[in-house]
Amino acid sequence: MNAVVQGHERVISLAEAIREGIEESFAKDENTFLFAQGVSDPSSMWGTLKGIDNRFGEDRVIEMPIAENGAVGIAVGAAIAGQRPIISFHRVEFALLAFEQIVNNAAKSSYISNGQHKVPLVIRMVIGRGWGQGPEHSQSLEPLFAYFPGLKVVMPAFAGDAKGMLIAAIEDDNPVIFIEHRFLHNSTGHVPEGYYKNALDGPRVVREGKDVTIVATSHGVLEAMRAADVLHKIGCSAEVIDMRVLRPLNVAPIVASVRKTGRLVTVDTGFVRFGIGAEILASVMTEAFNALKAAPVRLGLPDHPTPSSRGLIPGFYPDSQRIVREVGKMLSLDQAKVDSALKELDIQRKDLQIDQPDPFFKGPF
Amino acid sequence: MLRIRLIEEAIADHYAEGEMRCPVHLSIGQEAIAVGTCAALETSDKVYSTHRCHAHYLAKGGDLKRMMAEICGKAAGCVGGRGGSMHLMDVPKGVMASIPIVSSSIPVAVGSALADKRMRNGKVTVAFFGDASVEEGVFHESANFASLHKLPVIFLCENNLYSVYTPIDQRQPNRPLTDLAKAHGMQAAHGDGNDLDECYRLSVQAVERARNDQGPTLLVLDTYRWREHCGPAFDDHLGYRKEGELKKWEQRDPIRRFREKLGITFDAKMESAMSAEITAEIEEARAFARATPLPDPSQATRHVYA
Repeated sequence: MNAVVQGHERVISLAEAIREGIEESFAKDENTFLFAQGVSDPSSMWGTLKGIDNRFGEDRVIEMPIAENGAVGIAVGAAIAGQRPIISFHRVEFALLAFEQIVNNAAKSSYISNGQHKVPLVIRMVIGRGWGQGPEHSQSLEPLFAYFPGLKVVMPAFAGDAKGMLIAAIEDDNPVIFIEHRFLHNSTGHVPEGYYKNALDGPRVVREGKDVTIVATSHGVLEAMRAADVLHKIGCSAEVIDMRVLRPLNVAPIVASVRKTGRLVTVDTGFVRFGIGAEILASVMTEAFNALKAAPVRLGLPDHPTPSSRGLIPGFYPDSQRIVREVGKMLSLDQAKVDSALKELDIQRKDLQIDQPDPFFKGPF
Repeated sequence: MLRIRLIEEAIADHYAEGEMRCPVHLSIGQEAIAVGTCAALETSDKVYSTHRCHAHYLAKGGDLKRMMAEICGKAAGCVGGRGGSMHLMDVPKGVMASIPIVSSSIPVAVGSALADKRMRNGKVTVAFFGDASVEEGVFHESANFASLHKLPVIFLCENNLYSVYTPIDQRQPNRPLTDLAKAHGMQAAHGDGNDLDECYRLSVQAVERARNDQGPTLLVLDTYRWREHCGPAFDDHLGYRKEGELKKWEQRDPIRRFREKLGITFDAKMESAMSAEITAEIEEARAFARATPLPDPSQATRHVYA
């Protein structure tokens, strides 16, 4: 996909933004190297690694044997010795094979060594969704990683932020779990050229509002934005917060927003139970209980694995329509208005199938 | 070897006093491997160890006072009381980390070698591990990668015949452990881990190969743990060891054998002088560990992030 210039802003896909982030970091620091399975594949991990081997040479791009736990351990050892490895897993699920090294050595080396060791390591992993990928290629397991002190967990929603946060993650002296949603790779956005960093400092308000705070992660942010657009048309002003960084958790912007709106909806890409939304709700209720005008609502996945068939998917993912319905209930909005908002979302989707990316995306899956 | 033996015995003798409040895995009986291997290394070379790390730490030059302080949970400990006996490290001496999850340190050691190869600094890394480690997948993942990239790393397997209470013949088929290296296209050697000269000689060869870009080596050195898996005591009465096995291995005591080899060049008088010097050093380290303060509770939250 070529860059499209809209006004003065260059628009490229999130996948291309990731690739640019890696390239900028490679150009800046020769200790940075990439470690992935199929690192020189023609598919180039959906374009995120395209041409990097040709530009920077084989020495910077190391093929990783099919050995995830070993690979993470090797990367930890290299990081302790002063290198800055980037590992890419094609799906989150493969990182489960590396959980031991991630939890025991990546997350704890700084702590156990009393600050003598640093582990500047980025582990990219991709959440699959759609086209029948099913129970073991579509899991959102970010709470597992966010559980551990010592790890940073980043989930970008926008292309420009993805590039800036990836560069920041590579330069960070800590292990960073960088989780990309497969539905976002083809999404496009304004991405500045060249080198820049976006701080890994936590949630940001991406749309201001006064009636309800919607806190979302990753692809959920796009669903929340779409919901906020149609809610605005029926007179409801929703504030949307992009979580960006799950750990270290910075709840201050969320608490500040809820103090203003008095209402909270969370939109997870993972399970509702024991999910990110649970942690956000607990934190907000502890810090701003008196500010709440209504019981908060958590949206996320139900308590069963992701089925493959599109016949089993309806209702599984929390989409913009569900967000609108929940906000409607929470604010006792006029049902006719809510129905009109839902209808508009229906029209936006047109003939889009349930197992395909939404209209925010271009190109085939 | 004598120094390590006396330090370990002092830990065992004083363990019941309750000052050393963490699990200890003593190296008594296994000293020759640590000493022989580390004698073949430069200070700038690196080792990664396991839960049974005291001998490796000491043989590589790790600071005794900071080790004793660490075992006593003190702020002056080598990692400030964060790890205890199983997490000894002395980075300036090249004891990079001790990691007590079986095989967990092996890929980290390989990564260290990968970084050194990329930086072309000529350093060698040794991963010490026990016989059970080769049962873990990550040993094979690490060996495959190290061999593929000809990394300057030595896989040093101390085969002490037991994983906790379970003998190796209940866990592994009867085949030479060095065959595992063959499967990974790697050099290997097998030797008597209670013979200091042999440990040193095989280590020198492996270090030379690593330094000359000829890739990794698996060294399998046979030895025996005299005391319990974890703790200060002998445990022969539990009956998990074969009858007479401990006695047989005590006859093969690496210190006694080296003493015999040295013959008249190392007489009883010299040994008792050496023992007295070591004992004084141990007493000084123990006194230091006792007297030095516990870490302040406020330190517990530091260094979660770099």
